[in-house]
Amino acid sequence: MPGLEDLYREIILDHYRSPRNRGELESPPAVRVEGFNPLCGDEIVVTLDVVDGVVNDIKIAGTGCSISQSSASLMSAAVKGTSVDEARELIATFKGMMSIHEATLPTGASDGTTELVEAPEPEAIDVDALGELAALQGVVKFPVRIKCATLSWNTLSQGLDEATASEATAGV
Amino acid sequence: MAQLTGTDAVPGLDAATLAKDFPLLSREVHGHKITYLDSAASSQRPTAVLDAMREYDETTHANVHRGVYAIAEEATRRFEAARTNVGRFIGAPDPGREVVFTKNATEALNLVAHAWGRTHLGRGDVVVLTEMEHHANIVPWHMLAAERGIELRWIPIDDDGRLVLDDLDAVLDGAKLLGVTCMSNVLGTLNPVTELAAAAHAAGAVVVADACQSVPHLPTDVSALGVDFLAFSAHKMLGPTGIGVLWGREELLAELPPFLGGGEMILDVRKDGFTPNDIPWRFEAGTPPITEAIGLGAAVDYLRGVGMAAVRTHEIALTRYALDALRSRFGDAIRIFGPPEAEDRGGVISFAFGDVHPHDVSQILDEYGVCVRAGHHCAKPLMRRLGVNATARASFGLYNDEHDVDTLVEALDAAGKFFA
Repeated sequence: MPGLEDLYREIILDHYRSPRNRGELESPPAVRVEGFNPLCGDEIVVTLDVVDGVVNDIKIAGTGCSISQSSASLMSAAVKGTSVDEARELIATFKGMMSIHEATLPTGASDGTTELVEAPEPEAIDVDALGELAALQGVVKFPVRIKCATLSWNTLSQGLDEATASEATAGV
Repeated sequence: MAQLTGTDAVPGLDAATLAKDFPLLSREVHGHKITYLDSAASSQRPTAVLDAMREYDETTHANVHRGVYAIAEEATRRFEAARTNVGRFIGAPDPGREVVFTKNATEALNLVAHAWGRTHLGRGDVVVLTEMEHHANIVPWHMLAAERGIELRWIPIDDDGRLVLDDLDAVLDGAKLLGVTCMSNVLGTLNPVTELAAAAHAAGAVVVADACQSVPHLPTDVSALGVDFLAFSAHKMLGPTGIGVLWGREELLAELPPFLGGGEMILDVRKDGFTPNDIPWRFEAGTPPITEAIGLGAAVDYLRGVGMAAVRTHEIALTRYALDALRSRFGDAIRIFGPPEAEDRGGVISFAFGDVHPHDVSQILDEYGVCVRAGHHCAKPLMRRLGVNATARASFGLYNDEHDVDTLVEALDAAGKFFA
């Protein structure tokens, strides 16, 4: 059975208590995107400054649980200064880590209880490339919390789409 | 009971003994005996309910209102007996005709919005709701507002989570319908439904009451409440999921068109049209939840055996104990929403715990086997009024006792230390 220490790793608690890149960039020129988790009412605001295909600056606002807030904080630290393409790759890698493989879905055991089967390490995902973000790996063992961890990433993904679209328009 | 306040003048009950009737409550979670404090979301079922459903399935099951063979007749008789039983439990004047079985309380409220709303509401008509309604008594009216151009007005709440009724006559002026919850699923507030219904009727409005939280925990008498429609769910009152109830005054139901179309709800179908069935079957298209109705009947028998006045007495005492324990242990670190006195509320305690997000509170409590709800409780307008995105909520059933509250307090203390 997964324990709390799998979920609340020290890095996560650190980013929850001292969130990085907190606030909002002036928009415009920054792209501003809101994300909602309808299940718990959490809201996240990502403001994003993309110039020449590089994420120059990013800020995170909104409210949420320790998992959603720390995931957003870790994400902002990871993508700040990277290219849009690198950020997109990171999003794909992170969401890959967060996706539940069929083998990890709860199985109805004969005694009526449900157990999570330990996930085989997904081969396609380079967890080492995630650095500190790998601390969020344990969230997969708590399926209801996965949406908390991915909220900011989905919001960033939308923000990158909008930023590149507006850069393309501006470039024409 | 003229009002939804209840009394602790009658003896309570022995929760620890009753808890033995509920098999699930003996299980363990994460190595701890379960402390189930989420009955406002769904209650657990006693053996009597589980056995009744199984016994029906093993001995009697056939489709109802169709076959002429012995078990089909018996199934129909038992299904209709459950209806009458449920009707009597809430004081329905004509229990055989006024109780409609639905999928859940949400469907019951949607039934009112569709069948009554579509025949009585047009552009500019006013529907009045309260700020503490569950989404189930808001969204159907929003949908109708978008479709028909009706206007929604809101009765506000004060900082103690009580309805502000100072401008009630003005709010109700010209209203066609008032939708009000008997008891808030977030705040526990018991609303003055009798007074509200009288004011609404004086203004010419009909009253639809959401009784999901009150029917399982308080004596209910629809005549004393004076409402026109009353919706509730079996699974919050020790019964199964999959069945809810709409009670409606006979003369109102009788003039309503059907809701869903299909079998069961018709007297005749021709190529050029159909003739709807009499009430209540007019509103029960298709094969109804028969086993679930048997289970709901058994749940009503169980509650009646314990006595709803005793349930209310017990829950007032337990709520008072919990409010005192939480306040004295955590002081300003806990913000408890809703009326401060146990007599004014049901056994539902929503709270904010320091800076710890409700999801994190619930996650830590789970580690101690304590089940509480975290989220917006399907009451987002209320969350916005309270200035929060979510709350943690502990809610009681007749099987909870002071020991459960003590376990909650200790687990909360651990959660506070974890995130300190």
